[in-house]
Amino acid sequence: MSYIEIRDLHKAFYPHGERLDVLNGVDLDVEKGSIYGIIGFSGAGKSTLARCINRLETPDSGSIKVDGVDILKLGKKELLKHRQKIAMIFQSFNLFDSRNVYRNISYPLEIAGVPKKQIKERVDEVAELVGLSGKLESYPGGLSGGQKQRVGIARALVNKPDVILSDEATSALDPQTTLQILDLLKEINKKSGVTILMITHELDAIRYSCSHMAVLEEGRFIEKGNVKGIFNNPKSRTGELFAKVLKEFQDNNFEEGGGI
Amino acid sequence: MSLLDSSLWEVIVASFDPEIWKGLVVPIRETLYITAISSVIVLIIGLILGTLLTLTNPDGLFPIRVLYTTSGWFINVLRSLPQMVMIILMVPVARLIFGKSYGTNACIIAIAASCIPMYARIVESSLLEIDKGKIEAAKSIGSTVRQIVFKVIIPETLPSLIRGFTVAVIAVISMTALAGMFGAGGIGDIAVRYGYQRFQHDRLFACVYILVVLVQITQGVGNLISNRMLKKRNLI
Ligand SMILES: Nc1ncnc2c1ncn2[C@@H]1O[C@H](COP(=O)(O)OP(=O)(O)OP(=O)(O)O)[C@@H](O)[C@H]1O
Ligand SMILES: [Mg+2]
Repeated sequence: MSYIEIRDLHKAFYPHGERLDVLNGVDLDVEKGSIYGIIGFSGAGKSTLARCINRLETPDSGSIKVDGVDILKLGKKELLKHRQKIAMIFQSFNLFDSRNVYRNISYPLEIAGVPKKQIKERVDEVAELVGLSGKLESYPGGLSGGQKQRVGIARALVNKPDVILSDEATSALDPQTTLQILDLLKEINKKSGVTILMITHELDAIRYSCSHMAVLEEGRFIEKGNVKGIFNNPKSRTGELFAKVLKEFQDNNFEEGGGI
Repeated sequence: MSLLDSSLWEVIVASFDPEIWKGLVVPIRETLYITAISSVIVLIIGLILGTLLTLTNPDGLFPIRVLYTTSGWFINVLRSLPQMVMIILMVPVARLIFGKSYGTNACIIAIAASCIPMYARIVESSLLEIDKGKIEAAKSIGSTVRQIVFKVIIPETLPSLIRGFTVAVIAVISMTALAGMFGAGGIGDIAVRYGYQRFQHDRLFACVYILVVLVQITQGVGNLISNRMLKKRNLI
């Protein structure tokens, strides 16, 4: 059995009284310790899928198992515990402006009731890992985009999560910073074995970081598998489109002598 | 001295007469006392009501439609009453609570009843200003509703809450002018009694200076605190 196992997931919204099917039978298997890419155009339902995995959104039907636990059957208390083990990082970082870097990173431990001394040890450790040791007293308002995402990653890591859901974590960053953040995520994955679900519409990010990927279109996966395989031999039209866009992107970038 | 038989300049000069100001020491103390007590009550109850309103909103963290609709309706009703009407309505309420319908306490009840609904709405709009992404992040970390309110929403919106409270305190100050009607004294009482009823415009002017200064100080302190906070957070 795979670490994250999603079966026939459905979710609809009723934005203006009209039914909008966002997830239409999603199946997904993610191995423990992998970095798994999910790609799709805007509105395909990527964020909704991520929000279902930590149950910020309740699916209409289907099942989601993480490490064998059916998370749709969790009670209120267990759900909060579950969320502490499924960390999330965001495109807009979503840091707390009222807290300095230290207190942003310590927040998850604080609400879990960890003793102060232990919190300090863990925060220092994580800050060191993401390269923020000198910035603990700063406030997010004064940080660059890359530094903000490092705080986001540190806040996600501090609780030793089993899974990190990365929802467009690098989409607001310049190419160079994107590369640094992706390197950081890869390093973290290697060191701690945390499973990372990398949601993005940036092909280069997936190619750079992931071994496996899936293409989401209109609420279902139309292609899944090995990253190299999909880019070299796309089965679906969207897969083909992505592969083509990537080729052009690479060609252009090679001419300019940059890129990932 | 009155504007009826003296020039404006003469009245202004007379308004700085030490005799007048000696007579204002006690009223100033009364106004400050009523303002302070009323503001604290407005702050506490307004904050609670405003938070409840935000939480029970159908799109809020703890949606309870009935509570949201009824409390919203109740607040609107209170807000639609002119201050004088509110005072008349609060007379029996004060008698019920304190056993008498006049005095400082009755006055504070009337001011609170009038300013709490306003501050509750200001609190609500401040709390709604928060970036939804922050709440999403707090939820994804496994925060309870209580933790989200006290550790995220209120701290994040504190500068705006402070600005709103400044507005509420100024409304309280302007309402203390009505304190005289309850025999609670204060600057407003002097202004009405001497300025309006006895045409002693020099006294009236002195009262106006004091009220202007009080409002300016309040606004200044509110801005200072909230700007300090924003600066510390590197947001301005
Ligand atoms: N709470 C909601 N209520 C109503 N409609 C919603 C809600 N959440 C998402 N949707 C709709 O569901 C669809 C999928 O949204 P989602 O955010 O999952 O897409 P996405 O793939 O993450 O897109 P993007 O790349 O733009 O982030 C969109 O049409 C969106 O408008
Ligand atoms: Mg999205």
